[in-house]
Amino acid sequence: MSTPAAIAIGCSAGGVDALKAVLGGLDAKLSQAILVCLHSRSDTVDMLCQVLKRISALPVVEAIERDAVQSGVIHLAPPGYHLLVESDLHFALSIDPRVNHARPSIDVLFYSVAEVWRDALIGVILTGANADGAAGLRRIRQLGGVAVVQSPSDAEATAMPQAALEVAGADYCVPLSDIAPLLNRLCLA
Amino acid sequence: MNDIKVDAPELDSIELDLFVQALQKRHGYDFSEYAPASLKRRLRLLADQLHCKTITGLTERVLHEPQLLPNVLEGLTVPTSEMFRDPAVFRTLREKVFPLLASYPLINIWQAGCAHGQEVYSLAILLEEAGLYDRSQIFATDLSDRALQRASEGIYSVKDAQQWSRNYQAAGGTHSLADYCSAGYKLIKLNQRLRRHVTFALHNLAIDGVFCEAHLILCRNVLIYFSDPLQDRALALFRDSLVRGGFLCLGLRENLNPSHAAQDFSPFIESARIYRLPTQAEGAHA
Ligand SMILES: C[S@@+](CC[C@H](N)C(=O)[O-])C[C@H]1O[C@@H](n2cnc3c(N)ncnc32)[C@H](O)[C@@H]1O
Repeated sequence: MSTPAAIAIGCSAGGVDALKAVLGGLDAKLSQAILVCLHSRSDTVDMLCQVLKRISALPVVEAIERDAVQSGVIHLAPPGYHLLVESDLHFALSIDPRVNHARPSIDVLFYSVAEVWRDALIGVILTGANADGAAGLRRIRQLGGVAVVQSPSDAEATAMPQAALEVAGADYCVPLSDIAPLLNRLCLA
Repeated sequence: MNDIKVDAPELDSIELDLFVQALQKRHGYDFSEYAPASLKRRLRLLADQLHCKTITGLTERVLHEPQLLPNVLEGLTVPTSEMFRDPAVFRTLREKVFPLLASYPLINIWQAGCAHGQEVYSLAILLEEAGLYDRSQIFATDLSDRALQRASEGIYSVKDAQQWSRNYQAAGGTHSLADYCSAGYKLIKLNQRLRRHVTFALHNLAIDGVFCEAHLILCRNVLIYFSDPLQDRALALFRDSLVRGGFLCLGLRENLNPSHAAQDFSPFIESARIYRLPTQAEGAHA
């Protein structure tokens, strides 16, 4: 794989705490664009944005439609919309029906970024209670990207990482506390 | 993972372009300026649904089976909507915009991209409750015939009714949503009296011109599917259709920055994505 240009992270139930652990542990020197899709209600995303701003060494923003994807910035998917990335590295939103009962859906994000960044992408699946993200992670691997999955035994909700492992497999399957150090290592190498 | 077909994304892009050309030449619908990421995703879903292995397979069917057109349009436009989606926006319309509209003897409202009509009925109910409906006219447009047909019927799944009813309350509704519809076992039907000041019409924001002289235009979650130049075209059309001091309401996460035409609007209530053209007086000073 080439040096990663982006990291895409998906999670659902238990995701707020997991994201705090992962994003709070990322190195301030990272130059990758980081895209996060969490299934949740709109007030949770606002709250999460505030919380993450305090604990992350990298800037945290909600992804804005038509704006450019920024390197070294954490972008959260806005509630109620699917988040996609165009090949010219600008964000696009969609209000198409839910996928796997979710909008934003991790699969929708992962399919779109897999094609944009190919082998320069790391896909991460954390805790969650459904199978969203599994097919998307498979797509990321098919196109040469790296897959990181939180060990199901370590996850607050096991279904999502379990499904990801079954459908996509993983290049790394590690406990939550190891994910930020792993990403730092892969990205700063 | 040899069992999974790896289709090269570049190939898809070529096939996408060819499909768009075919649809345009064969049927006159122009999707060339839609934002590619969503369009590609919808085309793949549609190809799947119609049992085509590739987008090219879909192109062939679009060329040779004209009766497929309504399906294809529905697949490409995905008319999903809700009643009183984002209730705070409808509350703001009711509390902040309607009082200003009330000064006009006749109120023209253009709802562009009306999907299956959920927002049309939402608006009609709010206008009715504000005592303005009998001097209002709602023009509800969409590019899809089938969507308009559905919109004029006003029949929806009862599954959605509970959420819509909560939305209606949160939007400041003063009755109960049930007062405006009859419910069956699986379906609800909106009271057809609500349609008395609604005109449904075909209008394509990508190719058609000014539609009416409007005091309020509602176009939510339609422009998100457009590329920047097409978004700009649509916003220019809205500007040219609005009276001075007229209002434009967009979807909650829409970004106007790339658009030149958007500069003619000023934020009225930004949090609800409601914008306004300068009034006569402001215009004169400018
Ligand atoms: C996602 S729906 C939005 C429905 C509603 N406004 C809402 O926010 O709930 C988008 C609608 O825009 C319509 N549309 C897409 N392209 C259009 C165009 N070029 N001209 C007119 N309508 C269009 C589609 O047919 C669809 O019904």
